[in-house]
Amino acid sequence: MSAADQIPTRAHLPGARILAGLALRAEAVAIPLAALLAGFAAFSLFLLVMGKSPAEFYGLVWKAGFSSAFSWQNTLSRVAPLVLAALCVALPARLGLVVIGGEGAIVLGGLAAAVTGTAVAGVPGYAGLILMALAAMAIGGFWIGAIGALRIRRGVNETISSLLMAYIAIALFNYFVEGPFRDPASLNKPSTAPLAEALRVGDMPWIAAHWGVVAGVLACLVSWVLIDRTTLGFAARIAGDNVRAAQVQGLPVARLVIGFTALGGAFAGLAGFFEVAAVHGSANASLIAGYGYTGILVAFLARHNPLAILPVAVLLGGFEASSGLIQRRMDLPDATILVFEGMVFVIILLSEALYGRFRIFTPAFWERR
Amino acid sequence: MTRTLTTEAGAISVEALHMTMRFGEFTALDDVSINIQAGSFHALLGENGAGKSTLVKCIMGFYHATAGELLVAGREAFMTDPKIAQSLGLGMVYQHFTLVPSLTAAENLVISRADAPGVINWRREREKLAQFMATMPFSVPLDLPVSRLAAGEKQKLEILKQLYLGNRFLILDEPTSVLTPAEADEVLGHVRALTRAGEITVLMITHKFREVTAFADEVSILRRGRYVGGGKVGEMSVEEMSRAMMGTAPEVSKRPRAATNGREIMRLSGVEAQDRTGLKTIRIDEISLKSGEILGVAGISGNGQMELMEVLTGQRRMTGGEITVNGQPFAATRAEARAHKLRYLPEEPLRNACAPRMSVAENLAFRTFDTGGNGRTRFWKDDRAIARNASTLIEDFKVKTSSPAARIASLSGGNVQRAVLGRELTGEVDALIVSNPCFGLDFAAVSSIRDRLVEARNNGTAILLISEDLDEIMELSDRILVMSEGRVAFETPIASADVSEIGQHMAGHG
Repeated sequence: MSAADQIPTRAHLPGARILAGLALRAEAVAIPLAALLAGFAAFSLFLLVMGKSPAEFYGLVWKAGFSSAFSWQNTLSRVAPLVLAALCVALPARLGLVVIGGEGAIVLGGLAAAVTGTAVAGVPGYAGLILMALAAMAIGGFWIGAIGALRIRRGVNETISSLLMAYIAIALFNYFVEGPFRDPASLNKPSTAPLAEALRVGDMPWIAAHWGVVAGVLACLVSWVLIDRTTLGFAARIAGDNVRAAQVQGLPVARLVIGFTALGGAFAGLAGFFEVAAVHGSANASLIAGYGYTGILVAFLARHNPLAILPVAVLLGGFEASSGLIQRRMDLPDATILVFEGMVFVIILLSEALYGRFRIFTPAFWERR
Repeated sequence: MTRTLTTEAGAISVEALHMTMRFGEFTALDDVSINIQAGSFHALLGENGAGKSTLVKCIMGFYHATAGELLVAGREAFMTDPKIAQSLGLGMVYQHFTLVPSLTAAENLVISRADAPGVINWRREREKLAQFMATMPFSVPLDLPVSRLAAGEKQKLEILKQLYLGNRFLILDEPTSVLTPAEADEVLGHVRALTRAGEITVLMITHKFREVTAFADEVSILRRGRYVGGGKVGEMSVEEMSRAMMGTAPEVSKRPRAATNGREIMRLSGVEAQDRTGLKTIRIDEISLKSGEILGVAGISGNGQMELMEVLTGQRRMTGGEITVNGQPFAATRAEARAHKLRYLPEEPLRNACAPRMSVAENLAFRTFDTGGNGRTRFWKDDRAIARNASTLIEDFKVKTSSPAARIASLSGGNVQRAVLGRELTGEVDALIVSNPCFGLDFAAVSSIRDRLVEARNNGTAILLISEDLDEIMELSDRILVMSEGRVAFETPIASADVSEIGQHMAGHG
């Protein structure tokens, strides 16, 4: 699946027009793909300098991430938080905001879910889970929405404020987990009280991965429909491309910015909920796993297109899943995958300069055929 | 290359022979030859896109001409690099200032030198500057920050800078576009004196016939990349120049003005807002805009017109006063603008009214994408309606685009303006707020846009026309306001409007 899948078919237009419309979409697929391959190549050079075999590395990534049902389970368990964290970058990006603090919304969302979980232990059925998820989304939405509000009302740079607020969020998280909400029984790893069995999210019946993956897919679909099919998304794209034009049109720029950042934050908070309810069973330091930061890379590789986020998250989920195996087999440090991600990210940022440089991606090139 | 060729003082000649410049399949300059004699003041006329900038960029070495030769002071020069042009004594003054606003004039001059030392001995430099200024026919205050100089002084400083750098062939790119008429006359008068004295040779790109006839010795006219005429200024009439430039004599639209009833549409009373710097306040005591009139707001750039436009569009917060439309308070929301049939045409539409990376079709839908025709707001976007709207507007307003799916930033300035005009002028329009609608457009585009404005006026639209082009104000307005220092300084009906009086109020000498 890719960005090219969402071309509206314009049956009433002749073929050249369709190619012309395709051209710009093709650019949005070809350039990130080429950048990703360049990232692979650059990382191979790095491995060669380290005296390791790139072939062995990529072989192990395949083996640990994608070769068997077990490795897919490993990969998919990372897909849910990555997808939701990436949406926390992609939705604000539609309004021209670079929000890189999704990690804060994830950990606070996880904390809110765990605390709500102890409070609603007696609530029957799925109501307790729904309340937990809503609490996680509310705090995540508030946290990132506040960044949008600071930006639009006070002109505070959202990139810096989101990063700093992520540190505040992690400090708050540590304070509450080690202080007021600490389970006295958690001795060497401070945690909140373990969730009741009824408040755990289980695996899907047909594959050994939790329901968070489905939530991630749904969140992507909702985001895509919002951006591409609704007038709200259209207004957001105008404001994201040229805020002056949006203001002259009288579009509610402030509400759009706050709404989109809050929705992104709510999705990141939901990632925290699934990490707590489906993976860890309580809120503890394992929640601070860096999904918020890898999500930034996912969103940029996907060009902030919600549908493209899914395959990219699967790819990077596989890389993250192979970290342990690579450490053991190749005697490389745990941070190797971070080096890989960093190299890809730098190349993705460099590739931004390539847009509009190739004539075959302009509609005019195809209209003349 | 060294300066040895040109160390002797005095003007130098430049001759371009059979210059051709192609960009891919597009020929921007087609076998153009012009001869600019030493010490002459040569004007280069042409519509937008006629190839003036391309020719100048080839001369300055920014472009490498596809074919043709360049002779500087009679010797062949190979302009492969802008540095070569500099070393030969060729300099350029751009339309917009290239000075550092926070530095003084003296500092700007010294740092502009290619050989400015790492540590500057200011006392010695100042002495040398004083000597240099003593040889100049005009001066500017050297010790004030450039940001405090008036536009005319900045432009004079730009020219002084070129002379200070030892350049003796100057290209002036629309040097008066940011000046008042009086400032323009003064600056061009000095430039002409320098050419008469044999100090420099000047090639001036311009749109204004008046400047050609009043100051230039010779003129060359380009049209669609070709040389189409020229000669001594006294020997060519304005009609001849205009005909060469336009191909045929431009159709002077008579623009009949219908009698209209003057019902008040919009009223500003005591409106206050901070200006762009945040240091000053603009205050509009009263503006009343009536249906079927064009109310021109004249003023030199930077006297609060931009802030007024931003207040009216809701981009700038009002700190006091009130705007009413049809008697109701108006806060410039989308719903209010729609209910009152109020439209905006901001200046530089690509920068202020379009999303450059979105398609032409999408940009054309900005005003209507969220309505379902019956006044209700839509939630689902209707791609078919957007495509239909685009093909109608592209055809009706003759927008030249390779495809409705092309990014709007790929269109030429005139086509972007036509697209925005089409978007904002369809349907019923009760009031239109326009700012510099013809800035940077060629004659044909200007004429068609002015026709549209007068047509809208005749249909009863109230038009507030904010423009820095006094000719435009005089041509279109029924009533004229002059803004100066953030206030309305003067008001006159067109019948009794006097350009010199307006000019004085613009310059703050009311």
